Amino acid sequence: MTKSVFVSVFFHITMIILTAISLPFMKRQPLDLPPILSVDLIQITDTTSIPFAAKAAKTLEKLKKKEEEKRIVSEQAPPTEKKKEKPDRIPLPEDLDKDKKKLIEKKQNPEEIKDEIRQASEFEKKELFDPNQIAALIDKSKEETVETLKKNQKLTQSSVKTSFVSGLTLSEEDALKAQIFGCWSLPLGLPYQENLLVRIKLRLKPDGTVLRSEILDHARMNKPGQSFYKVLAESALRAVRICQPLRVPPTGYERWKDLQLNFDANEMLKG
Amino acid sequence: MKKLIILFIYLFISPSNALIEVDITRGNLNPLPIAVSPLYNDPSSETIKDGDQIIKNIGEEISKIIEINLKRSGLFNPLKKESFVQKPDIAHIKPRFEDWKLIKAQALVTGKTTISGDKLRTEFRLWDVVAAKEIVALAFSTTPDNWRRVAHIISDKIYERLTGEAGYFDTRIIYVSETGPKTQRYKKLAIMDQDGENVKYLTLGNELVLTPRFSPTNQLVTYLSYFRNLPRVYLLDIETGIQEAVGDFPGMTFAPRFSPDGKKIIMSFAKDGNSDIYTMDLDSRVVEKITDHTSIDTSPSYSPDGKFICFNSDRSGLQQIYVMRSDGSNVKRITFGKGLYGTPVWSPRGDLIAFTKVFKGKFYIGVMRADGSGERLLTENFYQEAPSWSPNGRVLIFYRETKTDSEGKGFSAKLWSIDLTGYNERLIETETDGSDPSWSSLLSK
Repeated sequence: MTKSVFVSVFFHITMIILTAISLPFMKRQPLDLPPILSVDLIQITDTTSIPFAAKAAKTLEKLKKKEEEKRIVSEQAPPTEKKKEKPDRIPLPEDLDKDKKKLIEKKQNPEEIKDEIRQASEFEKKELFDPNQIAALIDKSKEETVETLKKNQKLTQSSVKTSFVSGLTLSEEDALKAQIFGCWSLPLGLPYQENLLVRIKLRLKPDGTVLRSEILDHARMNKPGQSFYKVLAESALRAVRICQPLRVPPTGYERWKDLQLNFDANEMLKG
Repeated sequence: MKKLIILFIYLFISPSNALIEVDITRGNLNPLPIAVSPLYNDPSSETIKDGDQIIKNIGEEISKIIEINLKRSGLFNPLKKESFVQKPDIAHIKPRFEDWKLIKAQALVTGKTTISGDKLRTEFRLWDVVAAKEIVALAFSTTPDNWRRVAHIISDKIYERLTGEAGYFDTRIIYVSETGPKTQRYKKLAIMDQDGENVKYLTLGNELVLTPRFSPTNQLVTYLSYFRNLPRVYLLDIETGIQEAVGDFPGMTFAPRFSPDGKKIIMSFAKDGNSDIYTMDLDSRVVEKITDHTSIDTSPSYSPDGKFICFNSDRSGLQQIYVMRSDGSNVKRITFGKGLYGTPVWSPRGDLIAFTKVFKGKFYIGVMRADGSGERLLTENFYQEAPSWSPNGRVLIFYRETKTDSEGKGFSAKLWSIDLTGYNERLIETETDGSDPSWSSLLSK
């Protein structure tokens, strides 16, 4: 009897102890939420446009040096030095006057020669048509046509390209596009079957004004039957000039100081 | 391994160094704002007479015509003269571009006129206001009575420089001048400048005349005349006034047109209810039959290179447009749309064919490619037909008739023009009613 009482008591005590131990585990734990992190929204390019890590730069330079040391470089002999020849004629007083005038102009306004004016004169130089180089022009034009064709094929891809590649965020690119759309008066007499792509390379100032502009397919202007191209290129340049200062991001000047605008009239004219 | 590292690093770096490219695929299609400053009159100049009128300020008159021409083209927006800050005499020497930028002008026209003795000298300059540079500078000398033509030639130069295609202002239009009630119309051949000025009548109106067409040199005109009630194709020299019948056909000849080299006339010849297309060499007078079909083949028109001919025919049952080689071989039907197609005219550019379409009682003027694809209807009306191309292939001129009322009144026939966009439709003012217009090529090439 006593034995059975002891067994019963033992088991009861065991049960009570087990219950006492296991009960706290039955209690519900609060949700384990991650701590709140504060996140600063920054533009992708601010981080991705960092040229490269300092370490990586050093490694790259070292590797480049080694590669260059290994490379066989073929060099052309330097041209022989020529003695300065005496002028074949005595300068006329008019020429002297011209030189003087230039000097005077420089003295008077050393800083007044605007970059844009200088650019216009560069164009004039390029527009000079040398009939002796027709063959060169033709050959070049062929290359350029192929290039332009390739460019055209790429256009659809480039339009999908992400801000990561372009260097401008989508919003920055959109702002710039919207600004230029408003300034570009498309010449309406353009032949819509032709390639109507004008590529203009710009060097900008930090405030978005144009320091230099260059039409990349400039030689096409002088090609026979392409007079419309000159008109189109001029309209694109006009748009850039009317629009300036361009709506560029306030930061990251090094990133966008060189900009290429691809004016393509085909899409609009063909509908 | 090294190469892999280089490649990896290069790939990582290159995007940040790449030239940023932005694609501009849209612009505005607004007409270009242009300021046409009145041409400065040299104070020593004499006044000139234009008919009974004495023109004192010839420079201003020339600038007005330039302005009207550019505006009518639909591609330019000439700015109001009241807004001009700079006076013509100074503007001609050196424009203050800031003043012109202020009124949003993108291009500027200045000039100077001098009349001494029987010579009118007109200088003009076209400036790119935004780039602040001169882009065209020309001078013309002529007799004073030619001042309107000078204005048209200047308009052409401006148009060409700013649009990239040839202009069409220094041209003439030949048409059939109509007077009298609908049941008893008097029809005369008339010729005028493209803006409706300088009208001259070439026939007296004693017989019915139809479908006049210019030769490529603009010196000859071929047309259909019912002289002595015999409908025949005639040839008229505009300068001498001499006219002659083209060939001695034993039936009716009609719908004539010159070949692009001006050496042949292509026309229809009808006999016994059947009409075919023929050509006649103007030098040798040799006649050649081009089509040979039991149907009605008419309205032939050469392609600009002279290798093809478009015409309309009812050989398929309904009137449709066909294209064939100039020797009559390889005939192909190019229209398959609903309705009837007629009066095909090949564009001087060679890319398009203009036509008249009749569908559900309405008349349309439209264009399509030479293979019949890309049909575009430019304008719709109660009755209109006979399109003719401007020499640059951008504008079409045609005529439109209005409905008469229940009493038979209110009928009129007017000349209209429309450009390829289909938006720039304009009435061409003429002294009388007009029909069957035909545009000349540029007078000054």
